[in-house]
Amino acid sequence: MPRNCNCSMSTVGTDMERVPYGLLLPAFYKVRAAVWELPDTVTLELAPGTGSTPVFLPGQFNMLYAFGVGEIAISLSGNPADNESFVHTVRNVGAVSSALCGLAPGTQIGIRGPFGTGWPLDAAEGGDVVMVAGGLGLAPLRPAILHILSHRERYGRVTILFGTRNPAEMLFRSDLEDWRQRLDIDIEVTVDHADPSWHGSVGVVPGLIARASFDPKRTIAMVCGPEVMMRFTAAALTAAGVPENGIYLSMERNMKCAVGLCGHCQFGPDFICKDGPVMRFDCIASIFAVREV
Amino acid sequence: MKQIDALLKELPFFAALAPEQYRFISSCARNRRFDAGQYLFRESAPADEFLVIRHGKVALEIVVPGQAPIVIATLHQGDVVGAAWMVPPYRWMYDARAVELTRAIGIDAECLRGKCDADPRLGYDMMKLFLPMLVKGLHATQLQLLDVYRRH
Repeated sequence: MPRNCNCSMSTVGTDMERVPYGLLLPAFYKVRAAVWELPDTVTLELAPGTGSTPVFLPGQFNMLYAFGVGEIAISLSGNPADNESFVHTVRNVGAVSSALCGLAPGTQIGIRGPFGTGWPLDAAEGGDVVMVAGGLGLAPLRPAILHILSHRERYGRVTILFGTRNPAEMLFRSDLEDWRQRLDIDIEVTVDHADPSWHGSVGVVPGLIARASFDPKRTIAMVCGPEVMMRFTAAALTAAGVPENGIYLSMERNMKCAVGLCGHCQFGPDFICKDGPVMRFDCIASIFAVREV
Repeated sequence: MKQIDALLKELPFFAALAPEQYRFISSCARNRRFDAGQYLFRESAPADEFLVIRHGKVALEIVVPGQAPIVIATLHQGDVVGAAWMVPPYRWMYDARAVELTRAIGIDAECLRGKCDADPRLGYDMMKLFLPMLVKGLHATQLQLLDVYRRH
């Protein structure tokens, strides 16, 4: 497959000698707070044993290690300006995530990271930004949203489109309510399945794109959610005139080493852990819908 | 007050039509206004008109006996409400309710069907307007059915 030489966003090498030992060794953190967002989803605030947290790029992830259970990749969901703690939003879907969701304040865990590529916040400056999130996909976009809101003057029109399963499973509800109060961003929320309490939009999130206001030729779109939702969203964005090289997706595969060595997260010629998770659509479009990849 | 053909030209849905086709359609069109809570049409009623929303919001609802109506989709400015007018027996399969004050252009279906039968070119062009909308709706429904945000 021909590769655009501009596709590489990786900041990590591929051979063992170039991987600093520290990247493979978890650091001790303590749970400072655990807030249940939904019945199966918790946001953990994790403070280092000493000093400050490493700087992270919105869109990057950490490997969270529940001692005695295992380690999984979880995107950062907190404010990138905060260097006192890492914030992660975890959904209970397996053994390790279940253990992480059950951590009480004061409990110790291990963290490696941050790893991977971030959202193109610098490249987006001066143009319009469209952020499309589905379900738990709002968590990896949240640091980018917080960054943009803190530097609002650097960006053109900012649109946040969020789709969720139903009103009861709406993540970051208070954030959404706060952002909706702002006059300098457009925010639309839709649910796939409504209940009588819901008076907002009903329908899938890609359907919101056609009626959003942005200049497609000078727009950077950032998309995160289930892969099927991202396929439909990328199609809707290109139909709206956004070039493929202006669309960025946060990809997900089974990550283990997080530094491009083990191959568990291979996606065609790339490793999601080091060439992603944030990947430009034109770099992956040819394999995005190939089920064997 | 704007004439109906001027209002039609403001709607992106009809943008691809030729000037004489605007005239055909505007002769079947009328201005419509629905207050919040008012129904545009009810399930099983004759689909004798379709509407294009100028502004406002419309909920498509299906009633399940003993339960509150289930909203299956909401439609907004520029959206077309209803395609049952094209397919016999021309009856609505759901309720359409204005969620807020909604202004729309209503197109008399029998009038338009007659013009399409008499002028196959117009009929084909109308089909080209409606088919992408129907396919888009089908894709959205497929994604809704996949229930992609459920816990795996």
